[in-house]
Amino acid sequence: MSQLEVEDLEVYYETEDGPAQAVDGVSFELEQGENLGIVGESGCGKTTLAKAIIGILPDAGYINNGSINFKGDDLTEMPEPQRRRLKWEEISMIAQSAMNSLDPVYTIREQIVEAIETHRPGTGRVESEEIVTEMFELVGLDPERADDYPHQFSGGMRQRAMIAMALALEPSLMLADEPTTALDVIMQDQILKRIGSIQEEINSSMLVITHDVSVVAETCDRVIVMYAGKVAEEGPVEEIFDQPYHPYTIGLKRAFPNIRQSNQDLLSISGYPPELIDPPQGCRFAERCPMATDRCREEEPEAHYENGLRSYCHYADEIDTELRPYADDPGTWNQTTAAPDGGVEE
Amino acid sequence: MSGNDVLLEVEDLKKHFKVNQGWIASLMESFGGGGPDYVHAVDGVSFELRQGETLGLAGESGCGKTTTGMSMVKLHEPTAGDIVYDDTRLSEASDAEIKRFRQNAQMIFQDPFESLNPRMTVYDTVAEPLRIHDIRNETARVQRALEFAELLPPEQYFNQYPHELSGGQRQRVAIARALVLDPDFIVADEPVSMLDVSLRAGVLSLLDRMTEEFGLSVVYISHDLSLLRHMCDRLAIMYMGKIVEKGPTDQVIENPQHPYTQALINAVPVPDPSVGRERVELQGEVGDIVDVPTGCRFKDRCPDYIGDVCDQVVPPLEAKTAFEQEVACHLYESAEGYDPYEELEGRPSAAAGDGAESTPADD
Repeated sequence: MSQLEVEDLEVYYETEDGPAQAVDGVSFELEQGENLGIVGESGCGKTTLAKAIIGILPDAGYINNGSINFKGDDLTEMPEPQRRRLKWEEISMIAQSAMNSLDPVYTIREQIVEAIETHRPGTGRVESEEIVTEMFELVGLDPERADDYPHQFSGGMRQRAMIAMALALEPSLMLADEPTTALDVIMQDQILKRIGSIQEEINSSMLVITHDVSVVAETCDRVIVMYAGKVAEEGPVEEIFDQPYHPYTIGLKRAFPNIRQSNQDLLSISGYPPELIDPPQGCRFAERCPMATDRCREEEPEAHYENGLRSYCHYADEIDTELRPYADDPGTWNQTTAAPDGGVEE
Repeated sequence: MSGNDVLLEVEDLKKHFKVNQGWIASLMESFGGGGPDYVHAVDGVSFELRQGETLGLAGESGCGKTTTGMSMVKLHEPTAGDIVYDDTRLSEASDAEIKRFRQNAQMIFQDPFESLNPRMTVYDTVAEPLRIHDIRNETARVQRALEFAELLPPEQYFNQYPHELSGGQRQRVAIARALVLDPDFIVADEPVSMLDVSLRAGVLSLLDRMTEEFGLSVVYISHDLSLLRHMCDRLAIMYMGKIVEKGPTDQVIENPQHPYTQALINAVPVPDPSVGRERVELQGEVGDIVDVPTGCRFKDRCPDYIGDVCDQVVPPLEAKTAFEQEVACHLYESAEGYDPYEELEGRPSAAAGDGAESTPADD
């Protein structure tokens, strides 16, 4: 049994025009100690997925179908008090915006100590204080500043305080939603390294939700590429980067500059993701895919399993045998970007 | 691609902001003497912008890159130093010359949600600069600018409001607005950081085309070194209001010399799981830019710190003997015969020379 098993999960948001299908039939597993990255563009459902797992969907959001099994218990059916206990203790979340996740009227120390005392009854004050000091040092904050209020911290410091809090209870699963996007690159690097070493120490797993392909490449064992509420492709990080089968994965990878390469030709995927209130039938990426055929627009692709990857593309076979160089060429994609009548500037 | 003709020169630019104190503090100050505190956002920066080149200004938050960029288009008045454009010092320029400068110096901001007026249509947004500068042929120019920005067909966008557009389209409108006056250079401050990855390349290619098709110069400000490597001919790395390293992009990225640049570039994650990256831990955090330290601003975090000279002598950004780029660091031998140790010997006034006004006799 895996630590986390998400099956056929559907998370919808109530809107005036009907439900928006933010997460639409997503399944995956996460092993204890494993790091799984979820990448995709804004609106692809990656943050909603994390919120559904930890149980903090906004009022308009609800789980329409599917299950989230954590260590054998279905979180979607768990009574609220029990679920709340799991939060922080077993599952913690490092959210994108630290300002909204810290309480402005308590000092950082009070907040961490409270979390510890609530979830680990019997922990003495001295011991809690020691944990605060230890966590602060771990994320590179001066422990003397633990008595500050959140507003006295800079954005980067708050993000680190948040990470300290998420780690304080040694959770077995961490959901990290753009954990370091707000941080400068040197700090990001140090924090990711430290999270990694704590993880090893306590053998916890992590779900890393990000748009940053390079963070995933460096921190994750496996990757899920999401598009418009669905899994486009999933597999081990090396294979996803080396030999992806889904055109969207190929496009996304080639859209991202690499500091180690000069003269890269970056690719741009023209168009925008579809509306999720009335999503198109067939493949959701068809509209933006330079290789799409009528079949793609009509028929939803089944999973194609090969080389450890699960890819939802009708033409995964062809990609592998002949289409990959074509899909890998920015020219293929940029053709669709150009004006329909080619009328640019002379 | 880029010629060597200098379009604009930034000369020892400084921009200090007064720290906003409460009224009690200001009252005490007026009785007790002692000046107000200043944030040394940009503290002595010199470089040139060449015709048709893309120059990257890189560094972490608070390093002064945005303030430098805004000063370059005169959105800030410099505290000291000057900008020389077309043989004119802007500090001495006439109103007519300033107006001409403003027409030629445009800026694109990070957030197209905030930089466009929500009550103005796309047409008016792009036409406004033409009206301000009294330029005729409005419709044709607006049309051409939108076409360049690949908002096609342009007429379709004329009457749209920003909220009807996606982030990528908004940024294209901002680019069209910047281009409509046919400027000499554009300062682009994180122009794609708010956009989804899949759309970035499209906007970036517009910036590329500006330099290639029109010979425009672009100053590209970003914290994203991977992007800068992709976009820029030359790169200047800033730290605490100063440039620490400057040179051809490939040179700076592949062979960084300043210890800060080395740490910065080493920290950039690589989108390729098969590449192992050597990680360098850097001590501490960016220092105080109100009470600026003496000597090198990076000394407290520097893994290669070599003692008194770093403590007391501000390293000038200068050519070195061993490599192509300019570096502000005492580790390397000056190509111009400058010897920092001479200043060290004349100890009593060692801290002077730079930032003198920032260290009043209050301690």
